[in-house]
Amino acid sequence: MEFIYYFGNVFEPISLLLLIGGTIGGLILGATPGLSPTMAVALLIPFTFQLEAVQGLILLGAAYTSTVAGGAVSAILLKIPGAPANIATTLDGHAMAKKGEGAKALQLSFLASAVGGVFGVLLLIFLTPLLAKWALAFGPSHLFWLAILGVTIIGSLDSASVVKGLLSGCIGLWLATIGFDDIMGAQRFIFHPSLGGGINIIAALIGLFAIPQVLTMFAKGRQGDGIEVIEVQKHAIKDAVRELLSRKRAMAIGTAVGSVIGLIPGVGGQIAGLVAYDQTKKFSPERKKFGTGHPEGVIAAESANNAMVGPSLVPLLTLSIPGSPTAAVLLGGLLIHGIFPGTDLFDNHPDVAWTFINSMLIGQVLMCLFGLYIAGMAAKVAQVPQSVMAAVVLGLSVFGAYSVQSSMGDVYVMATLGVMMFFLERFGFSAAPLVLGLILGPIAEANFIQGSMIANATDGMAPYFLGGGLNILLIAIVVASIAYSVWMELRQHRITNTPQEETLV
Amino acid sequence: MSRTQHIIPSGLVFAVGCWVAWVSYTQQPADAFLFPRLISTAFVVLAGWTFVKALLGWSKIGTGIPRRMAINLAPGLIVSLIYVFWAAKTLGFYTATTIGFFILLSLYDPAPHDQAKSWIRRAIVTACFVAVMYSVFALLLKVYTPREILF
Repeated sequence: MEFIYYFGNVFEPISLLLLIGGTIGGLILGATPGLSPTMAVALLIPFTFQLEAVQGLILLGAAYTSTVAGGAVSAILLKIPGAPANIATTLDGHAMAKKGEGAKALQLSFLASAVGGVFGVLLLIFLTPLLAKWALAFGPSHLFWLAILGVTIIGSLDSASVVKGLLSGCIGLWLATIGFDDIMGAQRFIFHPSLGGGINIIAALIGLFAIPQVLTMFAKGRQGDGIEVIEVQKHAIKDAVRELLSRKRAMAIGTAVGSVIGLIPGVGGQIAGLVAYDQTKKFSPERKKFGTGHPEGVIAAESANNAMVGPSLVPLLTLSIPGSPTAAVLLGGLLIHGIFPGTDLFDNHPDVAWTFINSMLIGQVLMCLFGLYIAGMAAKVAQVPQSVMAAVVLGLSVFGAYSVQSSMGDVYVMATLGVMMFFLERFGFSAAPLVLGLILGPIAEANFIQGSMIANATDGMAPYFLGGGLNILLIAIVVASIAYSVWMELRQHRITNTPQEETLV
Repeated sequence: MSRTQHIIPSGLVFAVGCWVAWVSYTQQPADAFLFPRLISTAFVVLAGWTFVKALLGWSKIGTGIPRRMAINLAPGLIVSLIYVFWAAKTLGFYTATTIGFFILLSLYDPAPHDQAKSWIRRAIVTACFVAVMYSVFALLLKVYTPREILF
């Protein structure tokens, strides 16, 4: 119950102001199609340099929470999911809006998001200290395998192609080695003066997440106008609360599915929303109404995608392993303030850790309150032409990358990585494992070197890195995640090819 | 999508992988390259497999770059690269941002290009954006950016 002790910190004037600002800004950014939560958080990091660590994290946490929920606005009113996590919301949310129940759909989505989100953060509060204590038993070999696990699990589960996902992870791990070696001081892969200090994580994050979005908007050409926003009719909030209470099953399934999926590294809100929607449909006596504007579809999808936000931070805060690309960006936000998550976060910086977690709890409530009132306005922002959005994001990326350490080198690195990622994405490569490789590379290398020293002084490399129960378990999970993804890919390949063969016959 | 489109990126990635492996296994001190050797081995194997798949025409994932997309993308990409790699440093951040933002807006704005009203709107949006960037980065965050021409 240590978290209660730090609750007051959230209500300090600056922290509260940042929480409110981050929540409102996140709702508007989330409602804008093309701006993903990961990109929004990455673009916000440069604005946290002047802030204290905890204040910066409050801003980033609030933006993360509310962009996921804000994505429901464009999903419901425009039929364009603001983020991949809101795909399932579109199915019934937009149908409700077309029936004149747009306000009700928005109210249900924010209320369900808040309930799911609060449950997810409570899970984070109670699971994190337990896991952090357990993580104290981890040695260098375990931490090395955990870092590799973080890369492979996202590489295999978050990518359309397992090989390309793992290859992206390898590219990220290699990029992390550029610069001067920490132990010997040797130069590694410095083929341009801009790379002398290595690749700056924040500049790389901005480039890898924002620039491909900008180029994707350019690639669509002159379009963006003509998106029609459905007018929102008035609907009493108390009626929406009553409706939510009468749909407890959808709420419970969505929250449970989202919480469990959030704990699995690499499985994002998109999966949480779709699985929750599917399970709620299966268990509902009104399953035939799904897809035609059924409130349970909105409730299940939105409670799930917000319930996964809290649990997705558990591996980050306890083991330094980001469970999702957005968590990886948050890790970047922690590192620039000299704070390393993991076992000693709760010992050395309990104020930072608990204030941040508490702010996410309050943030869920604020997100619901503001969401209910500014949803209509956020939908108008979603009508901004993509040409304006692309130019704005490009400008923010350049200024954001430069402001990290006032270096043009960071701007060049940001742009190069961004353009490279845009083209690689067109061929099935993925940014998420590359980012994880870049962030987890130094952790993996430091523990590999430390482990090698211990191994050389004891039993040798193979027994040290491949022996012991925990090592074997972690290696088994790495192998299982890859094997499962290969199996799924082959299965998908077979399904896609079957109708074509039939057609040919 | 043509096989060539898959061969080019996977070939480039494979070439980078081979270079990384070559540097890792030939540079000294060897201890500094212990971890790069480990990852470069995996890098080369995976990149080699991807390249062979592309050569054999087995690569199917990804939308590639269709002609229409390339035509749409080219002007924006060229303006962006000039802005980032040349104009920002040479002309100064705010001057380059003003020019770059206005050009990009003009290139991709679906509003009519033969009406004065649309051009005035673009100029206002550009001015507002640069004013916000100046207020946030120069005045609030006190980030000193290169200022070669004007401001």
